[in-house]
Amino acid sequence: MIPTEYYIFLGSGLFTIGVIGVLTRRNVLVILMSIELILNAVNINLVALSQYFRSVDGQVFAIFVITDAAAEAAVGLGLIIAFFRNKETVNADEIDLLKW
Amino acid sequence: MLELATFAILAAVILVSAILVITRRNAVHSVMWLIVALFGVGGIYLLQHAEFLFAVQIILYVGGIMVLFLFVVMLVNLDVAVKQARFARHWQVALLTAVLLVAQLGYALYNHGQGLNLPGHPLVSAPAGNTQAVGMALYQNYMLPVEIASLLLLVAMVGAVIMAKRKLE
Repeated sequence: MIPTEYYIFLGSGLFTIGVIGVLTRRNVLVILMSIELILNAVNINLVALSQYFRSVDGQVFAIFVITDAAAEAAVGLGLIIAFFRNKETVNADEIDLLKW
Repeated sequence: MLELATFAILAAVILVSAILVITRRNAVHSVMWLIVALFGVGGIYLLQHAEFLFAVQIILYVGGIMVLFLFVVMLVNLDVAVKQARFARHWQVALLTAVLLVAQLGYALYNHGQGLNLPGHPLVSAPAGNTQAVGMALYQNYMLPVEIASLLLLVAMVGAVIMAKRKLE
């Protein structure tokens, strides 16, 4: 029997690691992976609180979050492929096609 | 006691592999560690008797999204990126922001964590099983959101195909 706070601590730790990844890395692929970490942190919290309130709604929301993650990964990776074809790079600070 | 030990091991695996995800130089290694982290999160779901979500996590996340990631990492030639700097130039600012975030989260959880007053209680699965309970909720209370989610996936699929296509005629 684990206190629900522990799950929230774990979720906030994972969330922070994801935010650090998004802010510091240059590789767009790793930034997308960090976003997946953030979404998983949210899911941990959703499931923990769903069990705490003895309701299944949190788990349903977690399924929707996973759906969004799939959509985001598909579109994001499509963008990366299209960008790589034009500029031969995946560095976030070199993505400046709007700037001539 | 055994439950707490399992939780501690899973939490350690998740946090360590998440740190490895954001620090590895080679993106393929990042994907591998992300898979480990996702398995750990799946274990957390199982620990909380969310069996259906565990199956979704393994099949969809590890089996679907991660294979997509791996595919794109292999497609995008990373020989150059491996030799370049890993972190952006403004990483000090980013680190400061992250430290502020940690301080804020820690303050909120430390000061109001007791106020949350969330004692753990022995978990019981729904009498008919978790999958049935989730299915009932999905197809009764959340009928419209499910339809919208399916439309979102369709749009994402079409968008990904159009963007990754070599040339638009």
